[in-house]
Parts: sequence; structure tokens; C-alpha cells
Amino acid sequence: MKKHLSFSAAIGGIIIGTLLVAACCGALWTPYDPLALSFRAKLAAPSGLHWLGTDEFGRDVLSRLMAGAATSAWISLLTVTVAVSLGTVIGVFSGYVRGWADRIIMAFNDALLAFPGILLALGLLAVVGANKYGIIVALGLAYTPSVARIMRGTVLSLRELEFVSASRVIGNSEAYTMARHIMPNCIAPLTVLATSMFGWTLLAESSLSFLGLGVPPPAPTWGNMLASSRPYIAQAVWLGIFPGLCISLTLLGINLLGDAIRDRLDPRMRGTR
Amino acid sequence: MTAQDALLSVRDLTLQIAGAGTVVVNGVSFEVNPGEIVGIVGESGSGKTLAARAVMGLVPPAIRRAAGSIRFEGQEVTSMAPKRLRALRGARIGMVFQEPMTSLNPSMLLGEQLDEGLALHRKLKPAERRALILDMLRRVGLGDPERALASYPHQFSGGMRQRIMLASVMLLQPALLVADEPTTALDAVVQRDVLELMVGLTREHRTAVLMISHDLGMVARYSDRVIVMCQGEIVEQGATQDLLAGPRHPYTRKLLAAMPLRGPSRSFPADETPIVAVRDLVVDYPGRRRLLRREEGKRALHGISLQVAPRQVVAVVGGSGSGKTTLGQAIAGLVRPTGGEILFDGQPITRSETGYWNYRLNCQMVFQDPYSSLDPRMTIGGLVGEPLRFVEGMGRARKAERVREVLGEVGLGEAFAGRYPHELSGGQRQRAAIARALVRRPKFVIADEPVSALDVTVRAQILELFAGLQARHGFSCLFISHDLGVVEQVADRVVVMSEGRIVEEGTRDQIFDAPKDPYTRRLLSAVPALENAPNGGVRLLWRLDGDKAAARPPAMAEAL
Repeated sequence: MKKHLSFSAAIGGIIIGTLLVAACCGALWTPYDPLALSFRAKLAAPSGLHWLGTDEFGRDVLSRLMAGAATSAWISLLTVTVAVSLGTVIGVFSGYVRGWADRIIMAFNDALLAFPGILLALGLLAVVGANKYGIIVALGLAYTPSVARIMRGTVLSLRELEFVSASRVIGNSEAYTMARHIMPNCIAPLTVLATSMFGWTLLAESSLSFLGLGVPPPAPTWGNMLASSRPYIAQAVWLGIFPGLCISLTLLGINLLGDAIRDRLDPRMRGTR
Repeated sequence: MTAQDALLSVRDLTLQIAGAGTVVVNGVSFEVNPGEIVGIVGESGSGKTLAARAVMGLVPPAIRRAAGSIRFEGQEVTSMAPKRLRALRGARIGMVFQEPMTSLNPSMLLGEQLDEGLALHRKLKPAERRALILDMLRRVGLGDPERALASYPHQFSGGMRQRIMLASVMLLQPALLVADEPTTALDAVVQRDVLELMVGLTREHRTAVLMISHDLGMVARYSDRVIVMCQGEIVEQGATQDLLAGPRHPYTRKLLAAMPLRGPSRSFPADETPIVAVRDLVVDYPGRRRLLRREEGKRALHGISLQVAPRQVVAVVGGSGSGKTTLGQAIAGLVRPTGGEILFDGQPITRSETGYWNYRLNCQMVFQDPYSSLDPRMTIGGLVGEPLRFVEGMGRARKAERVREVLGEVGLGEAFAGRYPHELSGGQRQRAAIARALVRRPKFVIADEPVSALDVTVRAQILELFAGLQARHGFSCLFISHDLGVVEQVADRVVVMSEGRIVEEGTRDQIFDAPKDPYTRRLLSAVPALENAPNGGVRLLWRLDGDKAAARPPAMAEAL
């Protein structure tokens, strides 16, 4: 691995590693019960007792962040998986077959793209219900059109390259050409997209919580913690800062790691032997 | 003539990559006298472009001048203030670039672009400038210069754009014209017209020309002196005739030897079933789809008939837009014909027919661009072995052995099997592409401009390899090329195409020695015939030079 690559990859790895450890740990053990109310300790500042302070109900912020990490990570991961797999299938198919199928799919896709993702998710949430899996389905479907659009574009430009013609001349079927020669070459744009989408979902989940359609309280997620901190921003600034910091650090880590993964997967970036 | 009299005098010029310190141009010295045409010949990486660009102070920021002086009209260019250097560029030294498609600004009217330089360097009234521009456009052969002024570059073909580029440079009547591969992107016929024009124009204005090219034949035809560069150094320079007739440096000999020579004539029995028979093939490209209707399409092939006998190499030649590539793609099954039929081994090539798999397995293709014809995510071994997955009854070990064998045949060797395409040079990639086409031992190979993206000496190696493999395995071949020199070397039969029709066909010797069609004659007049001289030198013979039919047609119908 090259030096400049390993540095950013290492930072990304450390951040994401810490997050995963915290998430796993949070599922099993937290310093305090994340749901336990304690009105004597409400809105306590960070101290030796409560490292990151407590919220308006006296719940320990660190414990809630740890417990929320698992929920947030899980939601983002599944959402990205849903959007990327659905979007890739639709986009690659559409870009490769072209013709009428492509035009119908893309017309529908563009219509969906015209709605802001969050609005689409809101509508879908109203149908499937506001819970963890509802959010995953709603956000996943809301983000599918943009993945499909980008994948279709990538495939359209790839299929004009001579190696795709070469594959047909060899006698490879369309499906094989798509799987063996086109899909692997889509990985670079896909990793970039997937990592940035991870960030969008973390943010979208907070927005949904903010609008009262996220994971229902009292279960903690970073998003609803951030959202519920708003009325107390003047008295207890740590309530907003720590979930916000968690979200931004995670985004940074994912982006660094995503770039490293993209470069690792690309033989052209591995240097000359 | 002393250095004082020379228009341009470059002394011990050394250029380095800043930081790394790699020397890219090493101690280069040469002179250009007023009105003289000097050619710099070399392959990619020889430093020819950098050396010439340094004359205008146009080297990329990453390149640093380590030593040497460049004097132009007695003034030192290297120490010149940027403002004076700018006054020199355009006004005294003009430059024509390689790529006519990108060297004109696509968002500016031609009138404005042509006016830019004049307005900057000459104190003239707008009306006078306009008159000058119209004059020059007429001189470079534009049919309707008034209309051209109000047009955008995309409305012109590549050859026309290069003419316009030339006009814009010559408007200022510079003392020196630097032409960096001015016609490499154009096809043979257009190339010749543009060069004739360039030479004519510069002679009129007594402008010296520094012509950079990889094409020794082209340079030899138009230059007074030739400089040969290799790996950043000048290996030989001298008067063109002397250098060609008596090259002293081994590299010059190698370059001369790389120029294509006619191969031996072979005969073929007339009664064998042709491996490929094309009858009245018509291919239409659909027009752009509008909201409710389709625009009218374009007919790429108007009823082509052609046969390729077993073991025969048939060359298809023509300029860009002649339909030669479409013909190859139709036979390869990449383009669906609108009409006519293609028989392979006597059977139609449609998917439903019994002969389909025989066709698919035995008809292979080598593509033009080795940079895009190999999947960047697969290893060379994987790529070469991929076609074998359709070969029945061949075990894994046998397949691995075949891949090794074929890699050896194309001169790559086993060590390359684990590498990725980006780790290979252009020539090596094309070898890999040939290995991939031949791994199933096909009966028929379509080679679409297989060497046009390669350097001359690499080109010669690949052609030799290809001819050797063809003789050894006896596959038939459809060799598509715009380069008649290459065709003369490899082809048994030649088919000349123009605008989707076959204008002439015959054996190689018939076409090259007694061409009948005017278009064939124009094509031929653009390439030299070679005659070997004793001491490794060559004599260039220009075919049909006095031929009226070969000359440029008077009406330039190409404009707009």
C-alpha cells in the first residue's frame, strides 16, 4: 500500500473502528441505562460522573450516544445497502439494454428524482409507519433513483468502450458481459456514491427525527438526540455538540475509508510492479 | 552560415522534470535558417515536442530548463521578460497544434478568433483586419469565407479546422512556424492537402517551419533538413536527402527500416469456399430521436460485396467516414445490417442459424485502441484466457497451457499473465489484444486499424508479428486501415472504400501499381514508395506526382 494512501486510510479506519466498538459495546453495556430518568441530575454539565453530561430528563449522554450508535449505524448501513443494490440493478439494466425499457424506467426514475429525497421519505414513512425499519425502507427507496441515474450514466459510457465490443466478439452473452466487464468497472463511482450516501442517511435520519418521524422516543439515535437538544441549546450546549460531533466524525471517517477502498479495488491505483 | 544569421539557434538545451531531475531533453543544439523547413522526427517520449515548445517558452510548468540557450532573431528567448515573450508569440513565432478538434475555441465565432491575434499584434482598423482575414481564408481554400467568419468551429471537419488554424497563424506572417504533428489526426488524403497548403503558404511569406512529426516519410517529403531525436537527444541531423540515403546512426536506420515495404505476392486457388462472403451489405445508422419522430438516419454502407478466401489477407482502405470500420463491425456482428447478407464458411451468421457458433468462435477481432480494448480490471492472463471458456472439451490445464503458449507467440511471455493492462506499454497491450484474438485459433480475424495508435518502430514490430502469426496459423484476415504503407506490407488483396461504397478492388499489386479510380490515386499519392539503398538508407519515390487526377480537386466543396 502506498504511503499517502495508508495515512488517510488509517485515520478513517481508526474513526470507524472506534464507532463500531462503541456501537457493539453500547448494545451490551453502557455506563448508565440510556433510558433511565433521573430528575435530580437533569441537564448536568460534563463531569467525572457523567463524562458528556446529561439531558433534559437526566439521562446520561455518553450512554445514549453509545446505544444510539448501534441504531444509527444499522439504519445507515441498511439504507445504503437497499439504495445501492436496487439502484445498481435498475441503472445497469437500464443503461445496458437501452431502448424502450430504458426510457420507461428512466422517465419514472426522473419523476422520483424531482421530489426532494426527504419529502419522498416522508410520504413513504406515512405509509409504512415510523419505526426503524420504516425509515430504512423509506430512505432506501428515496435514494434509489439517484443511484440508478449515476449507474446508468456510468454504464452508458462504459459500454461504448472497445472492451465491451471485444467481449461480444468473443461470444460472451449480454448478461455475462454486464457482470464480468461492466459491473466491476462501476465499482469506483459506486464506492464514492455509497460513502457519501452513508452521510446523507445519517443526516436524513436526524431530519426525520427532527420532524418527529424518526425512531420513536425514548430509544436514542444520534439524530433524535440532536433534534431534542434544540430547545436547550442555550442552557446545555453539550446536548447538541456531542451527537453532532459523532455524526461529523463518522462522515469524515467513512469518506476517508471509502476513498481508500476505492483505490484498493482499482488495479490501476496499485502501482506498477 | 553562422549562428548570427540563423533565425533560430538552440544551443545545448537541456530540460529536466522539476523535482525529480529526470532529464527529458539532453544537450540539444540545432538551427533554423530563414525560410527553411526543418523536421524534427522522433517517437513518443523522444522529447521532440518539448524541445520545440521550449522555443516559444511554452513548456509545461513541471519542466525546468537546466542549461542551454535559445536565440531567436538574435535575442535570447530564455531570459526574456514575459511581456516581450508574449509579443514574440503569435507575431513572430506561430504554432499549429496536433488536434484540430480542440485547438480552436468551440464557443467563439471563427471571425472573433481569427481577429484576436491581429487585433493584439497589429495596429489596423477593424475593416482592414477583416479584409486580411477574408483574404487568408480564401487562400487556405475555404469556399465561403464571409459565412465562415460567422460560424463556429464544430461546423467544420478536422481538415478544414486545421486549414483555419493555419490561416489564423499565417495571418500574422510570423518568421517561424512551429507545427506540432500538424496532420497526425487527419486521414491520408486530407493530410497531404493540408501539408501542401502549409508548405505553399510558408514559402510565399518566407516563413521558416519547424515541423515535428513521428512520420519520417511525411517529414522527408516537405523538409530541407531533418533532425532525428531519440530519448531526449539528437542522434543525427542533416540535409534530408543525405540523411535518407546514408543514415549514420543506428536509430535512424531503425526508423528507416520501420517504414513499410511491400511484402511478397502470394496466390490463392480460386475454387475454395470463401471464409467470409459479404453480399450487398447495407448498414444504416438510425437518426437522432426527437420527441415524436426520428430524424433521418445515415446510410453508412451502400451495398457492399466482398469475399475473403482462406489464408488471405484482404485490406480495406479509405479515409475517415468511408464506412470501412462499419464494414468490419458488421462482419464481427457488432452492427446489425439493414440489408444484404454475410456468410461465414458458407453459412449465414444470424444467431438462430446452425453456423452461428462456428462463426462466433472462429471470427475474432483486434481493435484499434489498445488502451480501451482491454478491460482495466482484469489481468492479461485472465483477458487472454477468457475466450477459451467457450471451447468445449478443453481442460483447465490445457487452457492455462494455451494461454502461456499464445503469450509466448506474441512475444509477451508468461511473466505478463499476472499484470494489468495499465502496467503495459501501448505495443505490449496490442500484443495482448492479438493474443486474445488468436487464443482460440480462429479461422478469421478482423483487424481494425491495429497499429494506427502505435509509434513507428513499435508499429513495424507489431506488423511483423502479425504477418508471422498469419503465415504460421493461416487465418484469413480483414485488415482495415487508412495507412496505405501498412496495407502494402501485409495485404494480398486491397479494397478501396469511399463514402460507403467500394470504388476499386484488386490484388495488392494491381491497386498499388496501376490504380484506376481517381480516389485510389489520391490516396496513393499521399504515401511514398520506398526503394532500399545499399547502406541501410532508402530512396522515397512519390507516386503519381505529376498525376492530374491525384491533385486536389479545384472546388473545395468540403466547407460548411
